[in-house]
Amino acid sequence: MAEVLVYVDHVDGAVRKPTLELLTLARRIGEPVAVALGNGAADTAAALAEHGAVKVLTHDASEYADYLVVPKVDALQAAYEAVSPAAVLVPSSAEGKEIAARLALRVGSGIITDAVDLEAGDEGPVATQSVFAASFTTKSLVIKGTPVITVKPNSAAVEAAPAAGAVEALAVSFSEKATGTKVTGRTARESTGRPELTEAAIVVSGGRGVNGAENFAIIEALADSLGAAVGASRAAVDAGWYPHTNQVGQTGKSVSPQLYIASGISGAIQHRAGMQTSKTIVAINKDSEAPIFDLVDYGVVGDLFDVVPQLTEEVKSRKG
Amino acid sequence: MSLRIVVTVKYVPDATGDRHFADDLTVDRDDVDGLLSELDEYAVEQALQIAEDADDAEVTVLTVGPEDAKDALRKALSMGADKAIHVEDDDLHGTDIIGTSLVLAKAIEKAGFDLVVSGMASTDGTAGVVPALLAERLGVPQVTLLSEVSVEDGTVKGRRDGDAASEQLEAQLPAVVSVTDQSGEARYPSFKGIMAAKKKPVESWDLSDLDIDAEEVGLDGAWTKVDAAAERPARTAGTIVKDEGEGGKQLAEFLASQKFI
Ligand SMILES: Cc1cc2nc3c(=O)[nH]c(=O)nc-3n(C[C@H](O)[C@H](O)[C@H](O)COP(=O)(O)OP(=O)(O)OC[C@H]3O[C@@H](n4cnc5c(N)ncnc54)[C@H](O)[C@@H]3O)c2cc1C
Ligand SMILES: Nc1ncnc2c1ncn2[C@@H]1O[C@H](COP(=O)(O)O)[C@@H](O)[C@H]1O
Repeated sequence: MAEVLVYVDHVDGAVRKPTLELLTLARRIGEPVAVALGNGAADTAAALAEHGAVKVLTHDASEYADYLVVPKVDALQAAYEAVSPAAVLVPSSAEGKEIAARLALRVGSGIITDAVDLEAGDEGPVATQSVFAASFTTKSLVIKGTPVITVKPNSAAVEAAPAAGAVEALAVSFSEKATGTKVTGRTARESTGRPELTEAAIVVSGGRGVNGAENFAIIEALADSLGAAVGASRAAVDAGWYPHTNQVGQTGKSVSPQLYIASGISGAIQHRAGMQTSKTIVAINKDSEAPIFDLVDYGVVGDLFDVVPQLTEEVKSRKG
Repeated sequence: MSLRIVVTVKYVPDATGDRHFADDLTVDRDDVDGLLSELDEYAVEQALQIAEDADDAEVTVLTVGPEDAKDALRKALSMGADKAIHVEDDDLHGTDIIGTSLVLAKAIEKAGFDLVVSGMASTDGTAGVVPALLAERLGVPQVTLLSEVSVEDGTVKGRRDGDAASEQLEAQLPAVVSVTDQSGEARYPSFKGIMAAKKKPVESWDLSDLDIDAEEVGLDGAWTKVDAAAERPARTAGTIVKDEGEGGKQLAEFLASQKFI
């Protein structure tokens, strides 16, 4: 069976969920061979094997942390040349897309970004994409070279499928260009203890209607009662009420949770672009004409300062 | 010597319009009004600021697109760019992202550059990979997705806010940078700027000017193919209630009925 190269997104050896989803998709088109780079690379093997990786190629070097993107492209290319895969799958993070694009160009392959589903087809893998702010769904193919496809989080279920997951050291020699962009400083983001926005089953978001940084406490309280991640509209982020890392929409994160709760958000096209594919959508807005109500499964026309705290109390008492 | 800055700007269908596909499954660029991609306004803004901070600099805006894409160039010129290059050729219709990066890279090389400034993503394609592809093709450092950028003594510095960390980056010119919508509001063209833009030079280049064969670009030269496009079915109308004191409780009831609590 053909091998499919899967680029592993991990933090010091802890594999992030979108990579496990990629393994599910990779198994539809071949045998997953994972590529894990940087600090803790070898520690990823157990989780990857558990989810179907037949082989795990690892390499660690200081270049991965000290220089932007290119060392990882060199390594993925080395893996590509060692394996001659039928396809290359990369998580659709900002960095993942850049790595994938440069690899595609180097090896003379077409690239598809931001797939939300992937299936085997007669002419190679068929990628589903959600375009024009999620108002259209397309099916696309790579028709030159080896398909290089980046896949968004939440595109498939994580499935256990134990495989050998044999760890092999990858031989990498860095190109002259690898050290072109130096990382001179890094400030890690503080963890909030809440689920990762793009991975969460429930997202609770606040917009301009929240009217102040301090008021985001009521959005957070609802999120915590549901075990949810917190999101924000760009208006709330631009006002400085919530960090940009929590922005949902075209220039923020795309989320596709089981449940999305929007409070004080009007539902502009650029916001919808990042949440429209959520399974169940709920909104609280005092304007009954707000476009967000066109999307909802359940909407409450009312003041979020009344509705949200009441909902939080009710959730808490029902959960006991 | 003058700092030569090339800003890549895309002309895109208005996101608030009814965007759709043409019969050949390319983005329909005729039925919906186009404009300079809002995310490229940030690139123009940062390029102008870098130029203002330099002793001597020249900002050239570059687009690859149909006839109407001139509108995007005019807007960038009215914001303050010095000159514009429009790559236009019938054979470009349907070019994919790899092909677009080829045309842009050849044009940037022909124009001459010390710094390329791009937007974070186009608002129609939204791939966000053209800047990385340009760096790969031009063989220069990529310093991308910056929310802060500055150039001093031949070095570009910037801050890239990622998911896990915020990184400080540094590279020697020549380089390709891309900037996010967090990099600072773009200026509005002034009346004076709009008048001045009318007199600024706009060069037109076609594929032969760039030594690119028609087979390398366009729909037939694309390395990817869109097989089908379907409008997402409208969401079925939901239940909407007016809060009369029990809205939160009613919502909780709904969430419970859907097994979320
Ligand atoms: C290129 C580009 C990219 C963009 N990217 C993004 C993006 O990634 N994400 C994003 O979100 N936006 C994005 N935007 C901005 C987008 O167009 C909207 O401006 C933004 O989403 C509006 O945020 P909002 O809904 O919070 O604010 P508004 O549109 O002002 O809506 C606020 C809503 O709150 C309601 N409200 C007010 N008070 C209360 C109350 N007490 N109780 C209940 N409801 C109340 C109001 O009725 C209103 O509907 C982008 C725009 C551009 C041009
Ligand atoms: N046809 C084009 N003409 C000029 N610049 C472009 C074009 N396509 C993409 N770009 C540039 O590349 C950036 C990223 O685009 P994309 O990778 O298509 O999302 C944009 O913000 C532009 O700066």
